[in-house]
Amino acid sequence: MNQWVTGAVIVLSLVAGGSLAVLMIRDVAAQDRTFGFLAVIELVLVAQLVGGCIALGRTDRDVEGVLFVSYLVGIVLALPIGVFWSLAERTRAGTAVLLVAVLTVVALQLRLETIWGGVGA
Amino acid sequence: MVSVPEQTRATEPAGDPAAPRHELSSGPGRVLVFVYGVFAVAATGRSLVQLGTDAGRAPFAYSLSLVAAIIYLVATTCLLLGGRRAWRVAVVSCVVELVGVLTIGVLSYVDTALFPDKTVWSHFGQGYGFLPLVLPFLGLAWLRSTRPGAQRAA
Repeated sequence: MNQWVTGAVIVLSLVAGGSLAVLMIRDVAAQDRTFGFLAVIELVLVAQLVGGCIALGRTDRDVEGVLFVSYLVGIVLALPIGVFWSLAERTRAGTAVLLVAVLTVVALQLRLETIWGGVGA
Repeated sequence: MVSVPEQTRATEPAGDPAAPRHELSSGPGRVLVFVYGVFAVAATGRSLVQLGTDAGRAPFAYSLSLVAAIIYLVATTCLLLGGRRAWRVAVVSCVVELVGVLTIGVLSYVDTALFPDKTVWSHFGQGYGFLPLVLPFLGLAWLRSTRPGAQRAA
């Protein structure tokens, strides 16, 4: 696992989370700029899915493969589902869904690091 | 996945014409559905991996993971469906969830031998930022404000 990718995912997600929190407090619906930013995170996550699978194939570490790949896939799904689910309601609740989705990405990324470290389920 | 909006169309036959169709999954309920959905997926995945790879290591704990998974799935589905019957089932599943997380939380501290491996609910959901402990309260609060016949606050 690339430390830079993990760092990027966490930093970008926290920035997105911060701005979403501001939007939520001000009761402003997220606009294209926010969704563009989320798309950037999603690109990093897709790259991580590919890179993570390659790294899993090469590593000698004691990593639980099924668990690791399921987290890699799950973290890729979190944002699209969150965006989709929030777009049905362009209110404060919709913005809150985006915030939760971004925080889910942070949580999953931290778990990914743990699993890669071989600590297990 | 759990959050497909087509599922929200399957509401009950109009028993209460005043009730909005998507009552349980709109507003704060929308956030709740997403969080419950995440936990449903997380708990299901966890229990399947645990039972599939090493079921003999901690059968009690792993079965509990599966129970938790089913309860989260039921709660998510009920919130998505809406309607009186779903509301009732959602209340029951939230109460079971609350009792479960409290009981397992206490048990996991008292009788550590019973839990060689963690479940979603052990140590009051510590591994999940204590969200499993908070979630049933949020769920019940939301269900209370959307109880059939109640005035919607928002």
